Amino acid sequence: MSDEHIDEFSGVSMTGHEWDGIRELNNPLPCWWVITFYVTIVWAIGYTIAYPAWPMLTSATKGVLGYSSRNDVRNELAAAEVAKGKYIAAIEAKSISEIAADDALREFAVAAGGAAFKVNCVQCHGSGAQGSAGFPNLNDDDWLWGGNADQIQQTITHGIRFPSDPDTRLSEMPAFGDIITADQIKQVSAYAASLSGQVQDAKLVEPGAKVFAENCVACHGDNAKGNRELGAPDLTDAIWLYGSGETDIAAQVRAPKHGVMPAWIGRLGETKVKELAIYVHSLGGGE
Amino acid sequence: MHVRDKPQRERLEAKAVNSPEAHQPLYTPRKKIFPKRASGSFRRFKWLVMAITLGIYCLTPWLRWDRGPFAPDQAVLVDLSNSRFYFFFIEIWPQEFYYVAGLLMMAGIGLFLITSTVGRAWCGYTCPQTVWVDLFLVVERAIEGDRNARMKLDAGSWSARKLVLRVSKHAIWLIIAAATGGAWIFYFADAPTLIGEVFTGTAAPVAYITIAVLTATTYTFGGLMREQVCTYMCPWPRIQAAMLDETSLTVTYNDWRGEPRSRHAKKIQAAGQLVGDCVDCNACVAVCPMGIDIRDGQQLECITCALCIDTCDGIMDKLGKERGLISYATLSDYNANMAVATAGGSRPVNPSLIQTADGAFSDALAHFHFRKIFRPRTFIYLGAWSAVGLALLFSLLTRERLELNVLHDRNPQFVRLSDGSIRNGYTVKLLNMIPEPRTIVVTMKGLHGAEMSIVGIDLPADRSFAIPVEPDRLKMLKVFVRQPAGEVRGAAQTFKFRVEDKASFESDEYTATFNAPETVR
Repeated sequence: MSDEHIDEFSGVSMTGHEWDGIRELNNPLPCWWVITFYVTIVWAIGYTIAYPAWPMLTSATKGVLGYSSRNDVRNELAAAEVAKGKYIAAIEAKSISEIAADDALREFAVAAGGAAFKVNCVQCHGSGAQGSAGFPNLNDDDWLWGGNADQIQQTITHGIRFPSDPDTRLSEMPAFGDIITADQIKQVSAYAASLSGQVQDAKLVEPGAKVFAENCVACHGDNAKGNRELGAPDLTDAIWLYGSGETDIAAQVRAPKHGVMPAWIGRLGETKVKELAIYVHSLGGGE
Repeated sequence: MHVRDKPQRERLEAKAVNSPEAHQPLYTPRKKIFPKRASGSFRRFKWLVMAITLGIYCLTPWLRWDRGPFAPDQAVLVDLSNSRFYFFFIEIWPQEFYYVAGLLMMAGIGLFLITSTVGRAWCGYTCPQTVWVDLFLVVERAIEGDRNARMKLDAGSWSARKLVLRVSKHAIWLIIAAATGGAWIFYFADAPTLIGEVFTGTAAPVAYITIAVLTATTYTFGGLMREQVCTYMCPWPRIQAAMLDETSLTVTYNDWRGEPRSRHAKKIQAAGQLVGDCVDCNACVAVCPMGIDIRDGQQLECITCALCIDTCDGIMDKLGKERGLISYATLSDYNANMAVATAGGSRPVNPSLIQTADGAFSDALAHFHFRKIFRPRTFIYLGAWSAVGLALLFSLLTRERLELNVLHDRNPQFVRLSDGSIRNGYTVKLLNMIPEPRTIVVTMKGLHGAEMSIVGIDLPADRSFAIPVEPDRLKMLKVFVRQPAGEVRGAAQTFKFRVEDKASFESDEYTATFNAPETVR
């Protein structure tokens, strides 16, 4: 640059660029900055050779180090599987009561069962296993088919009224609307409601007891405590799957609804089912 | 004969890197600084401070402190894997991090206090950057010689001698840097165990990485970058302007006494002109580790290390003049004295106004009095500093070493059981924060008729359980609380979980909620 391109004030040469009288000085960049800049370029070249970088038509260059983030994920998942492996193997080999007796194993099973529950069970039983009308609450201490871990395992394995499993838990309450009169239904419903302490009209309850003795005791038992062999509910407790009022009971006597649960053994396998059984048992109502 | 009576003094060709005469472009290569060795009382004080600070840094992890069999016996330990911090008799859990925050506040306010009274004493004496640069300069001087020898060596072409000197200097610097990094890691693990592991190559990779990183930073900052760290990287020089006021002591060149400076005082005096005490020997510039000229006034680069005071005092002694041409002085004193020397600012500095021909100073001159330290500003800083300190101390002395955290199950909020009673679930965490095993009694208060059962404890439902808790650990319990239907009073009842150590009478309570359906039956 010629001398006329030297700025008078600072003594620095100028680029010759000028905007509205503001002229640009040609200050050199600091040396360390320039060196760092070139180092990053060299680094970038090496990096794009070593690692996947340049986009091609359908994929990208693989990089000489063979790095792949998908492989990383695969490896991490495999490592997690290996870490879980010893627990899973133990759960597979042991009976459910043995699992329950081993603290570490039980803890693992509760966690794994909880995860499986969130995927497979919450659709009917709810995210907190709290159930809803027609779908049992698994937190409470009332069990239609038995509440110890073995019985829960059996229920999950084969399901309830699941047609394609020959060992499924099966029972069906007849539709009494076709068998007894409407008055009798009203009477027996009042009786059933009175069993769990709900105040009812004595004029209905007394004949209701007679209707009950003639039609219901075969399954629900003389004292109406139910029968777990048949999945017949205890009518004396506070828990009513289809509603506790006289109207709800009458509807159930007239034309009963029957819940269906799939057999999970085919879909989840024995180990998962054991984990689920341990989890459900741990919710607070397990026997 | 006459010449020999004159005091001998060295005249140094030193020039401030930031002097206003020097052209300073925006970007500029570093001008090398070769600080000359200084001697004097401040230098001795700095040696002492260096010995103490380095000693504290290196030796602290090796101090032992007996905490019984369930806790480490290292006096100061940051146990990252167990997330505990031990400091002599104090043990801090992660949730008590506010103690560290409080200490940082105290450090900040303390820095304000110190800076507003005695200037950047932190920078000049105790800042690690200053201490390590000082240490590295000791090595440099020992190997390459003092200022002139180093300048000559630096300017000279490469020779075998220069190569040997340079390699050995950098090698020793690296050893010091590695020792610095090495000392750091012992704060994070049992020092006697770790030192064996470090030298046998069996320590954790993070230990070696930490040593490597700190070696690199110590070597770069202390050896290579030195004053540039203070000038360009550190925020404190920018803040100092807000911290200093007219009664803060700072290193000051008293130009009311030194001007007009001259290298040929005798000649000028002989010519009948006035001359100040400064003989313009540049010794103050030559010793400055920041490479600045204090005679240009208070400036951003000055770390107030006071080495210029030491060296100028030495020169004054040789000249038979009173010490203190460069001294710790406040701006107000300086202004007052300047007003005396310039007859109220109307004339250039006139030495005859402050000093008689035989060197006695005028009585009108202002001198620093320690009472000037006590002013509203310092009282406010001191008050804030003490308030934080006392609050920390109070909280430390009264803090609970037994804590209780309760998490109410939300899904489901409550469960109706077959007998109609209502059950709620809680996750109860017992924190035994002392390094001794304890038996903690968990009790329910309130919630009439309710009882609890604890998962994993095969005891009948009760309102009180004794739970053994491991030393210095958290114990998590799953607690089910069950209340008979007839006792339920409302959809949300409050009650208390209480934990108590029957031996030490420590206790804690947590007010929990018990949820029930709107209509129980």
